[in-house]
Amino acid sequence: MGAELLNISGLSKAYPGVIANDTVSFSIREGEVHALLGENGAGKSTLVKMIYGLVKPDSGTMALRGQPFAPSEPRAARASGVAMVFQHFSLFDALSVAENVALGMETPPRMRDLAHRIREVSESYGLPLDPYRIVGDLSAGERQRVEIIRCLLQDPRLLIMDEPTSVLTPQEVEILFATLRKLTSEGVAILYISHKLDEIRTLCDHATILRLGRNVGTCVPSETTAREMAEMMVGSAFEQPESAGRDPGQVTLDVTGLSLASPGAFGTSLRNIHFTVRKGEILGIGGVAGNGQDELLAALSGEIRSQADAITLDGRPIGRHGPAERRAMGLLTAPEERLGHAAAPDMTLTENALMTAAQREGLVRHGFLRWAAAEGFARRIIEAFDVRTPGPDNAARSLSGGNLQKFVIGREVLQRPDVLVVNQPTWGVDAAAAAAIRQALLDLAANGTAVLCISQDLDELMEISDRFGALNEGRLSEIRPARGLTVEEIGLMMGGAHGMEVAHV
Amino acid sequence: MLKLEQRPEPSRLWTYLTPPLAVAVTMIAGGALFALLGKNPVEAIATIFWEPLFGEFAFYYGPQLLVKGAPLILIAIGLSLGFRAGIWNIGAEGQYIVGAITGAGAGLAFYPADLWVVFPVMVVAGAAGGWAWAMIPALLKLRFGTNEILVSLMLVYVAEQLLAAMSLGLLKNPDGFGFPGSRNLQQYAPAHNAELVAGTGMHWGVVAALIAVIFAYVLLNRHVLGYHIRLTGQAPRAARFAGVRPKRLVLFCLGMSGALAGLAGMFEVSGPAGQISIDFNVGYGFTAIIVAFLGRLHPVGILLAGLLMALTYIGGEIAQSNLGLPAAAIQVFQGMLLFFLLAVDLFTNFRIRVIRPETA
Repeated sequence: MGAELLNISGLSKAYPGVIANDTVSFSIREGEVHALLGENGAGKSTLVKMIYGLVKPDSGTMALRGQPFAPSEPRAARASGVAMVFQHFSLFDALSVAENVALGMETPPRMRDLAHRIREVSESYGLPLDPYRIVGDLSAGERQRVEIIRCLLQDPRLLIMDEPTSVLTPQEVEILFATLRKLTSEGVAILYISHKLDEIRTLCDHATILRLGRNVGTCVPSETTAREMAEMMVGSAFEQPESAGRDPGQVTLDVTGLSLASPGAFGTSLRNIHFTVRKGEILGIGGVAGNGQDELLAALSGEIRSQADAITLDGRPIGRHGPAERRAMGLLTAPEERLGHAAAPDMTLTENALMTAAQREGLVRHGFLRWAAAEGFARRIIEAFDVRTPGPDNAARSLSGGNLQKFVIGREVLQRPDVLVVNQPTWGVDAAAAAAIRQALLDLAANGTAVLCISQDLDELMEISDRFGALNEGRLSEIRPARGLTVEEIGLMMGGAHGMEVAHV
Repeated sequence: MLKLEQRPEPSRLWTYLTPPLAVAVTMIAGGALFALLGKNPVEAIATIFWEPLFGEFAFYYGPQLLVKGAPLILIAIGLSLGFRAGIWNIGAEGQYIVGAITGAGAGLAFYPADLWVVFPVMVVAGAAGGWAWAMIPALLKLRFGTNEILVSLMLVYVAEQLLAAMSLGLLKNPDGFGFPGSRNLQQYAPAHNAELVAGTGMHWGVVAALIAVIFAYVLLNRHVLGYHIRLTGQAPRAARFAGVRPKRLVLFCLGMSGALAGLAGMFEVSGPAGQISIDFNVGYGFTAIIVAFLGRLHPVGILLAGLLMALTYIGGEIAQSNLGLPAAAIQVFQGMLLFFLLAVDLFTNFRIRVIRPETA
């Protein structure tokens, strides 16, 4: 491992009402993979945004190779050799790989030369990618390659990666890690943000752990147990969800031969999907993002109609029913996107409680709204799910992501569904809230509800599901008992390396 | 350095504060405009806002406030329902014209019979005319996905041609010595939308406007349909998830705004205007768009905004005749009102922060 590359000393940043970073210090050496570990809201993103020049620190200094480093904008950071791969890709679906790369350059070369360089870089780092393919047709893993290659073309000294594996299958993760190891062997330093402890233990040389904006410790991941790191992250042990022994009852939700054309140009078509969910069991559906999860949820919620008998609830065909009718029959859903889909951002929590509970909770009589009852129901959700908010009159958008997620899940859980379908129930939620939500799903199943949990978090699915299946390009794999599945088996169910030939590094 | 920062939630205070503030800023900017035109700005502003209410001829102008305000409010209430749901009916002027034609046509069909039923039939016919005219963009939108803004707007010009054709043809007064225009409904008692109390300007249109305000208030705040309208406007995807049927909402909102605009046209032609003529329409349908936004798409706000807009109309006319202000200056003044409202509206969702230059 080489000389010190980046030194961060006493970096602080405060936003109105919250201190995102409080005198954080650490350093990164050349050729090292340095993990930045912490829960959601621990200040990881703010810290890397300061390094990348997106946010200016309130106080503290940074030094790059011994020189003072204070990028005023990302362009300055890039010029100094700092590159970043964001968690959310900023790519244009309708353009080709090379065109997307050119858009991020200040003086793009001719398209033919650029395509040539893309091919060169992609091959030497084991990331095969055709520069002329349209991005909209690429899998999530391939899109990530576009972002990585975009960074590599700048010849960076420090590569920041924000939760890079959240969109990858286990096999794709292996390919990525091989690439990262090749980079470090050339002396590039990698700042690796994640909360997946196993990954960090296999990949990273050092880890800096953040909690509530403070640097609470460093460790050598390979010599530290996952449990020790988790406790440093959370600060204390938290309740692990507990699964009571469950006894699956009869089939309630039965999906047979569900096929739907994609609603948008770059959406995913559902192809001949079969599964059943029994009373009192949790069926987990995994898969890399963009393989039909949103479409499956929409088909089950009634936002997209299908053939009547493709979906049956207790034997009654409901494929043609709308969302309100399905709710009345006991099929409730909670979509992934909180703001704008599961909740209306500018409406109060009371109004949002009304959104899906109007009928089942009797919040409407003869077409007229019962505001007092709606507010009461909102209060019940806030209390039962420990939603942190001054009160039900606050707008949904004023809540943090985790709190709004608790509200949205709580709204459905408290309506005592016969079948509950959730998509990414703990996405962007801190560990304690995630545990509470998982516990709520387990309790619901224990009381006889059939739960379908769509998620990209495999650990979560393995923790709570009885049976497991994976979506891959709109197809659902065979459903298998969750217990005893190996990571390799799960990876193959998710489509292996997703149409990408395994790289030769 | 000044920086705009989004508020965590919309400010209640600013929601109520922005309309009066916009009026105040309009007075200042309008005053400057009038000063540049060589008029005494204070006198001009006082003429527009004070004269109609408290001046020497207030007994005449006061009732005019209701006569001009009622159609604006009636139309704006209908438009606000659609605007809240993100359904943009820009063609209320056309629905207003067609409502007037069908309303007057229904009345004249009975001429000269003296039946009490004539006026109620005209009310229904006027509403139905406006409704039907609004159904054209609605059905085209649902069937072919056309843009209701363009279709409803273009139908205004079709309606104007229809109005001219009616004035010169089917509805032309047979005893009118060849002049264009229908019989004067003011002279046909069963069809006359007369003042309910003489000298107040209070006619059935004013009553209808007040009922519409109350109806819209109850709908938006107490009824599930109003909730769905608001939900659709604020988060269309959430509305679909909640089970709102967007197509029904398009039919309801366009139909409702068309029917109310048609009613406004019918009350106007049977009362203050009296007859169908080539230049019957004076732009209420377009001004109502300003009224709807000035009133924050809120029923009570629209009531106040409609009266305010009527005031600037009447005051503007007085300023034209007394001070010789050009009509265009008055129109600019009215336009400023919407302009400044939209500008200060920013503070409902944003606040200004003074930030010191950061040391990097």
